[in-house]
Amino acid sequence: MAIFYTLLLFMIIAAIIAVETKNLLSAVICVGAIGFGGSLMFLFLRAPDIAITQIVVEVLGLIILIRATISRDLTFITGDREFFGTVVSVVIIFVIFLAGVKILETKPVEEIQEIRKSQPQFVTLPDFGTAIFDVAPEAASQTYISQGLEKTGAANLVASVILDFRAYDTLGEATVLFTAIIGATVILRRKSRKLLEDAD
Amino acid sequence: MAEKEKNSNGVKGMTVIVKTISSWVKVLIFLFGIYIILFGHLTPGGGFAGGVIVAGSYVLLMLAFGREFVEENLSLPVASRLDCLGAFLFALIAILGLALGGSFFVNFLYQKYLPGEALNLISAGTIPLSNIAIGLKVAASLFLVIFTLSICCKDFKPGTPVNGKE
Amino acid sequence: MLYALCFLLFMIGLYCAVVKKNMVKIVIGIMVMEYAVNLFLIMLGYRAGGEAPIIDKGHLESANEFAKFVSSSVDPLPQALVLTAIVISLGSLALMISICIRTYEKYGTFDITEIRRLKG
Repeated sequence: MAIFYTLLLFMIIAAIIAVETKNLLSAVICVGAIGFGGSLMFLFLRAPDIAITQIVVEVLGLIILIRATISRDLTFITGDREFFGTVVSVVIIFVIFLAGVKILETKPVEEIQEIRKSQPQFVTLPDFGTAIFDVAPEAASQTYISQGLEKTGAANLVASVILDFRAYDTLGEATVLFTAIIGATVILRRKSRKLLEDAD
Repeated sequence: MAEKEKNSNGVKGMTVIVKTISSWVKVLIFLFGIYIILFGHLTPGGGFAGGVIVAGSYVLLMLAFGREFVEENLSLPVASRLDCLGAFLFALIAILGLALGGSFFVNFLYQKYLPGEALNLISAGTIPLSNIAIGLKVAASLFLVIFTLSICCKDFKPGTPVNGKE
Repeated sequence: MLYALCFLLFMIGLYCAVVKKNMVKIVIGIMVMEYAVNLFLIMLGYRAGGEAPIIDKGHLESANEFAKFVSSSVDPLPQALVLTAIVISLGSLALMISICIRTYEKYGTFDITEIRRLKG
């Protein structure tokens, strides 16, 4: 458990540095540090699929971000920030943070099972370390774990979930990725066609 | 990526050490990406992570050798067509499930024709085929977007100071 | 307590996306928010002392081993949802950065208050 706190504190400190620094290159490198800490955290949370995907996506994302910032000669932006808007935003965000901490309180498992006898819906989260389907046995994950191998034949249960039990979500994801890449290519390509016209 | 200093022989790219090492390493990265895609139903990984790794090998080639070198191997229309082919294969597997099985996207190979044993390479029906289609699509898409990012906007004016707010 | 720290990371990203005036900083804020959300989803499915949800030869030897695996593996459903979310975040990052680059080419600045004043 100490490793989780350490990695989360590392990610929070890197996020504060990324937000507050005036040098754009340092901010991009701190975003890389956040992603790397997140990948380590996924590995300790027993999710090796997600750790592999997070670290390679992090590397490509850093390349894209650096392409946008480092070739511009300006990496320092100076100026004053307006005072009133910042203070109001910070106050509102703090209020939302307090409300969120109150909502995300956790209770031990026995109390939640007591509460669920009277009302069947969830009102609080269980403690960190108990999965949701321990408290709610009607959830779908129990079926996926115990019958995943005989119904789909795949040894990797996450692959069987994304490509057999929930293949619609993967179809939607492929569509969203396709559309985003087409959008990025169309926005960027008009300049190079203009370059070709000017060169001719 | 758009500005690389020309070397002493006038060729764009990085130094000799970087070029030599990256020409050896890119094959390993490509092979590793294909392994992660193919064995996605047995070990952690799958189509998405493997596709990003395969795109990463081409990005390494683009960074070390310059953009024109990669354009001879894998130009923009070819990558765009591979992208569409991957998406079309994925939709084809879904529609074949409707035609040969009972409903949309059913795992028709596992339930009717080719069960296979667990923990082998040929098992789990259409899951490896879907992994290959998605890996192809993701790799071609990401290569396309990074290639287009390196073409665009070569003639900006550096050195103009910006005096704005933070 | 861990959930509260994850929510704090999300709030830091939200502050950056709302208050800052540099376009690249706004993009960085959105990325931090996406990392926080993915982390929260996977933390929900963790079981203390659990194993990764991958079956190998040792689990198939006897029914006892398999029952032990079923009672101690972590939840595979949030991992499936987060897997696609991570790749979508890369696609949306590419789209946002392409908009930033085009705006820089047209206006010469990354500052969003300057862009509102200079038209055309």
